[in-house]
Amino acid sequence: MWSQLLSTILKEEFLFSVIRITAPILFAALGAVIAGKAGVTNIGLEGIMMISALFGVLFSYWTQSWLVGVIGAMLVGVLLGLMMGFFALKLKTDIILAGIAVNMMGTGGTIFLLYMFTGMRGNTGALVSPNILIPTINIPLVQDIPILGSILSGHAILTYLAFLLVWLIWLLLYRTPLGLNIRAVGENANAASSVGVSVLKIKYIALALSGALAGFGGAFMSMYYSQGWNSGMVAGRGFIALAAQAMGRGEPVGAMFSSLLFGLAQALRTKVSGLQGVSSYLVSSIPYVVTILGLVIYAASTIKRVKKARAEHPEVKV
Amino acid sequence: MEQKQNDLVVQMKGITKVYPNGIAANQGVDFSVRRGEIHALMGENGAGKSTLMKMLFGLEQPTEGAIFVNGEKVALHSPTAAIAHGIGMVHQHFMLVPSLTVAENIVLGMVPKKSGMFIDFKKATELTKEFAARFNLAVNPDAKVADIPVGMKQKVEILKALIRGAKILILDEPTAVLTTQETAELFRELVHLKEQGYTIIFISHKLNEIKQITDRLTIMRGGKSMGIYETASISEQEISRLMVGRDVILGVQKDTAAPTDVVLKVRNLEYTNEWNKKMLSGVSFDVRKGEILGIAGVEGNGQRELVDMLFDLREPDSGTATVNGKDVIHASQARIRAMGVSLVPEDRMTYGIADSATIEENLISDRFEEKRFNLGPLFNMKAIRAESDRLIQDYTVLCKSRKQKVKMLSGGNIQKVVVAREFSSDPTLIIADQPTRGIDVGATEFIRKKLVDLSRAGTAVLLVSADLNEVMELSDSLIVLYGGKIAAYFEDTSQLDDVMMGEYMLGLKRQSDEEIGRVCHER
Repeated sequence: MWSQLLSTILKEEFLFSVIRITAPILFAALGAVIAGKAGVTNIGLEGIMMISALFGVLFSYWTQSWLVGVIGAMLVGVLLGLMMGFFALKLKTDIILAGIAVNMMGTGGTIFLLYMFTGMRGNTGALVSPNILIPTINIPLVQDIPILGSILSGHAILTYLAFLLVWLIWLLLYRTPLGLNIRAVGENANAASSVGVSVLKIKYIALALSGALAGFGGAFMSMYYSQGWNSGMVAGRGFIALAAQAMGRGEPVGAMFSSLLFGLAQALRTKVSGLQGVSSYLVSSIPYVVTILGLVIYAASTIKRVKKARAEHPEVKV
Repeated sequence: MEQKQNDLVVQMKGITKVYPNGIAANQGVDFSVRRGEIHALMGENGAGKSTLMKMLFGLEQPTEGAIFVNGEKVALHSPTAAIAHGIGMVHQHFMLVPSLTVAENIVLGMVPKKSGMFIDFKKATELTKEFAARFNLAVNPDAKVADIPVGMKQKVEILKALIRGAKILILDEPTAVLTTQETAELFRELVHLKEQGYTIIFISHKLNEIKQITDRLTIMRGGKSMGIYETASISEQEISRLMVGRDVILGVQKDTAAPTDVVLKVRNLEYTNEWNKKMLSGVSFDVRKGEILGIAGVEGNGQRELVDMLFDLREPDSGTATVNGKDVIHASQARIRAMGVSLVPEDRMTYGIADSATIEENLISDRFEEKRFNLGPLFNMKAIRAESDRLIQDYTVLCKSRKQKVKMLSGGNIQKVVVAREFSSDPTLIIADQPTRGIDVGATEFIRKKLVDLSRAGTAVLLVSADLNEVMELSDSLIVLYGGKIAAYFEDTSQLDDVMMGEYMLGLKRQSDEEIGRVCHER
């Protein structure tokens, strides 16, 4: 059994699938990173992914253009992020409750919206045709490299975008005035507002960006990964992304590596469940067990870090 | 001396500030500062100096009165408006982002850009270096604020104000967190700024510092100005007399104390805080059954650290403290309470009560485990109701019902809830830390009377208070804390006078070790 597993894992298709499975988690994890840097926990990522996944399919069906679908999904994500901001920052509700509300809209509201717009129940099977799915691209030169070529080339455009965004978001956070303001607001809002930075505005922007990223993740799920929308599609990826952000210490690159770890766990589940003599129920738990283990390790290191920071900077809340 | 109007960069005329809760923090205060001087604003805690400066920096609005900057009447509705008029403030708690570099903190909110969207780090660093050199404020632009010492953090704050065009700098107790060398360095820098025509307002209550670097000073007491003086022509004794003093004599009625056995015994407490500043050194004293021992002193001289240590909120570097012979330094709060120690904490909203719990829940929070309040696994609600109703009545807590949330009460009534719980547990020792701060006259009088009654009934009381009136009249004997050390011990408070107290509180005088040693009744 083990040798069988090993030979499956070492195949190029397996590593290819790890990257493919990682992409949606990575989008949402980057969304969690931006919100986290501004001092906001965006627990609504899961719901934003669900809703924007649906709108991605709808927009692309209406316009018969995958690009409009992706942009539409992203804009829906922005609107949902701003809505959470409105509830939490303007109406002063708890941001966690606002996030939970968005998640519930994601499970219940989407089914209603789908029925309202199309008369369909539960999934969009009939709407999707190959021309409105996100296209894959082969990278010239890279695709000809043996082994590496078949792992790295031939992914969907959005997969490449996800990994490109790791760098772009790092650039935004560490090289632009907006990023500086986001980090300042998240760490010491009083210091930021004392020099005229609008804390409210920065938090809105961070939530909008966070929503946009989750929107991309949603579009990826429905317009490429599952090739259509269905009600159980996101399956906790928004929450796994929060774990990836936490484990990656809230940094873009760290979040990428944690996302890859979760991607690996999910890919492993798919492969192992095909093997003889292994309980498929047990196998299904792999990604979640990995998540819990990751969070335990993260929590242990955070406690240490917070204690140190408190001792050194009693004036700042950590 | 005739002053030309335009030589006064700041004038505040007839400033009165009444807070919504009715407390008048400033009453008809006149304040003015000359261009290019270092001006001290002095006064005890609660004298109103912070409120006055908050109004000058746009954080608070005056109820009455007018503010003039450079002879022009201004309305300062926000710090941004104050900065636009060239006023900058360095707060006691730094407004810095620890994970950002010094340069990033300095340019935050006014970041130089390159290629339209990126931060120009080089320019930020250059700007920092340029200002640092011009004002002789040595900072390392590339260091993370989290990694630099407190003294440098303060320089970063000063630079932040200067780079935004401040010509008038308000420094709120800038030396409170600094070591001696850092203080000396800061003073050199301030003098340098003054030479370049900058005006500095320096909030402090440390006499030696004031004498050392200020040109003039304004003394505040009880929300009023006691006048503006030339530093050179006023003696330290005179300042002390103006700053510390009692406006009314309370005339608390109490019998002479007849203290018996030692209850609290503190020996050689030493404590160094997280900024490596020595906050307590060699503190030893006894509190006996049946007496009130007062601890007087200007705030920040070690009182808070001392109380925290007696109630397991901080660990001392060394030293011992026992209650009836049992160690309290290493005991948990539950153990300390079981020894019969009660605490009326200084910060009542954080340590005294749970503000969204009911009066009843707060009242039984130290005793709900007792058998009389339980019936098997459940509470005996009847007994709890009876207890809370009794306490509410005995301590005249003004409320709608025992089910009311504590945060809905007035400050005085909140404190009565704390006191009702702490005084009714038949304590052997009560630690009362600023028991009447910020509460109304009625509640104040009530709490003071209760303290006297309890002590006469045989409880040992340790009273910590920055209110000179309170500590002098309630205490049977008292010690003065200055710079973390006991500066004086007075066995009998009845013939003390304010002027002498002021001199000990401000560090002008110190008793001999033998005199101070008398507070240890047990060897």
